[in-house]
Amino acid sequence: MTKLRPQDLDKIAQKVKRTMLLREGEGRMRVIVHMGTCGIAAGARTIMKTLLDEIEANDVKDVLVAASSCAGLCSREPMITVEAPDQPPVKYVDLTPDKVKEMFSRHIMGGEIVTAYALAQGSERML
Amino acid sequence: MIYRTNAMICTCTNCISNGALQVKDALEKEIKKKHLEGDVKVVPTGASGLCVNGPILVVQPEGIFYQLLTVEVVPHVVEEHFLKGRPVKSLMYVPPGEEAPIPNIRDIPFFKNQRLIALRNRGLIDPDEIEEYIARDGYRALAKALTSMTPEEVIAEIKKSGLRGRGGAGFPTGLKWEFCRSSPETPKYIICNADEGDPGAFMDRSVLEADPHSVIEGMTIGAYAMGGTQGYIYVRVEYPLAIKRMKRAVEQARDYGLLGKDIFRRGFDFDVDVFEGAGAFVCGEETSLIASIEGRPPEPRMRPPFPAQSGLWGKPTNINNVETWANIAVIINWGAEWFSQIGTDTSKGTKVFSLAGNINNAGLVEVPMGITLREIVYDIGGGIPNGKKLKAVQTGGPSGGFIPSDLLDLSVDYDRLQEAGAIMGSGGMIVVDEETCMVDMAKYFLEFTTSESCGRCTACREGLQAMHQILTNICAGQGKDGDIELLNELAPAVEDGSMCALGRTAPNPVLTTLRYFKDEYEAHINERRCPAGVCEVLIAYSIDPEKCKGCMLCVKSCPQGAITGEKGQPQNIDQEQCIKCGACREVCKFEAVIVR
Repeated sequence: MTKLRPQDLDKIAQKVKRTMLLREGEGRMRVIVHMGTCGIAAGARTIMKTLLDEIEANDVKDVLVAASSCAGLCSREPMITVEAPDQPPVKYVDLTPDKVKEMFSRHIMGGEIVTAYALAQGSERML
Repeated sequence: MIYRTNAMICTCTNCISNGALQVKDALEKEIKKKHLEGDVKVVPTGASGLCVNGPILVVQPEGIFYQLLTVEVVPHVVEEHFLKGRPVKSLMYVPPGEEAPIPNIRDIPFFKNQRLIALRNRGLIDPDEIEEYIARDGYRALAKALTSMTPEEVIAEIKKSGLRGRGGAGFPTGLKWEFCRSSPETPKYIICNADEGDPGAFMDRSVLEADPHSVIEGMTIGAYAMGGTQGYIYVRVEYPLAIKRMKRAVEQARDYGLLGKDIFRRGFDFDVDVFEGAGAFVCGEETSLIASIEGRPPEPRMRPPFPAQSGLWGKPTNINNVETWANIAVIINWGAEWFSQIGTDTSKGTKVFSLAGNINNAGLVEVPMGITLREIVYDIGGGIPNGKKLKAVQTGGPSGGFIPSDLLDLSVDYDRLQEAGAIMGSGGMIVVDEETCMVDMAKYFLEFTTSESCGRCTACREGLQAMHQILTNICAGQGKDGDIELLNELAPAVEDGSMCALGRTAPNPVLTTLRYFKDEYEAHINERRCPAGVCEVLIAYSIDPEKCKGCMLCVKSCPQGAITGEKGQPQNIDQEQCIKCGACREVCKFEAVIVR
């Protein structure tokens, strides 16, 4: 292997940065795929796969992906929730891989909410 | 490969002995079975700290902390958490005396109240992957030192930081480096002392297993500062996993040119070898350690000359402990000023302790200097199990002393501990409850030092044995007038007549128990009574007729058939037949068995 120069440390660090941010639980956004039995039956696993592929293809380092259980609206699965700090979470419904790709480039990369696929903004309240 | 989840499974020696490797295999198999291998990655890490509750799994990015895992629960975890996103409550940590589990590792008091410098990467990186160390600012301090600091500036920075040796004596590290640098002879050797031998101590092992590169980086910076060319990491042979990970780390560093010739192309050469220890406690003493590397029997020699003038092969040598080395890179990266803000006037930074004994959260903790014993025992350690009372905290292992519970608000730093008669030592911390006999504890530690004394100095070899015999007699009910005075007379003789720290500190457990628990010695000697109910010859078991319900559970448990009585009536113990095993007391649900 070639001998490292001081500036090479940055390159190595960049390569594993996503993994490190993930382990520190830090990211600018969190995308939750609802993977209850209903979600999985409606294709949530393909949605999850598409999301991870998009993250890899766009070399995004600071977006975390999580699985969560049924969101309560089983007829509109597959469903995801996009969370960003200081913003109400956005729920997208009736997703397909193509819709995920569009949502990814417009919302996650561009910061624009794709209202056509969104169910609502804000979360349900509990007493 | 992009993963959404990293399942960080602790593979320290503790967790492995509790089955962590089997759990890891089961996890990987189950993840494959559920076709989640593209989503979830299983990462082996070093010790997370809460070692009694292993095997431990931390699921990131959520930070869910699972404990006491078994192979059987793995399919449930994978299905519920990894597939359906529902963390499994039954495997989470529940604070002692409470019912609600705490899901997130960042909220558990044990972790929340710690401050990590030496253990900064624990549980966050795979120790076998140098890239992950680099991603957490690894080798940046070395680059900084080599490209923008002179060796003198590095030493000045370490001096300014106030860092003191973490191996026990607490000598200022920067000063030690300066002595070695100013020695004219060459070559110079740099040694890492990883011969951790105190009973119940596993700080160094944990650093080596969790973050081996932090030690290599610290040593390389030290070598640059002192002009060293060859390093040795002296690891006790009883730590096979630490040795394996360290050797692998050295190879990876060599591959990247971080060890060897012309490091970072700055014309600086340094290499490190891992040396397996000779297996005796005294090898941790620096002159014995040097003798051991040279192939001689590990026996200490007189100092001066100090190793900084004449050490390994008669050449200038600097020896620092594992934890000291692990602090160096952080000081260079963040600066002496930042580091010296943590801690007290005379003790800067943090200290790693291995918390053991009668405590709920036994494990590895790193805390700022100046924290009180109370905070360590109750806030982090979770208090004493089974509602018992705290009696004392032993710090510093066989060289240290006992601090009684009424000094619980003592600030933990080098000087306060010394004033109390104990020492910081390498960081063993053993908590004992009210059912512990202090004479018996002092005897235990002396038994250890007596058998580990190398025999070179008469005072240590014979004196410790004499002290041990007196303690044995006291515990056996044969103590006599004048024993306490004799112990007090022998102790300073052993200290004064021993060349190395083993003998000079070995009487400490006796001296501190005499200082704080003299009444227990007196009860043993004058009243033939062991107040804690431990010393077999001095105690008798009996049954309180008021409390006994006659359930006869104790009758069944007694191996001697020494307990008799009618069902529903108070039972009776035949003192002739009783072997004082305590089985009856353990099974009794009414606390009716009394020890006197």
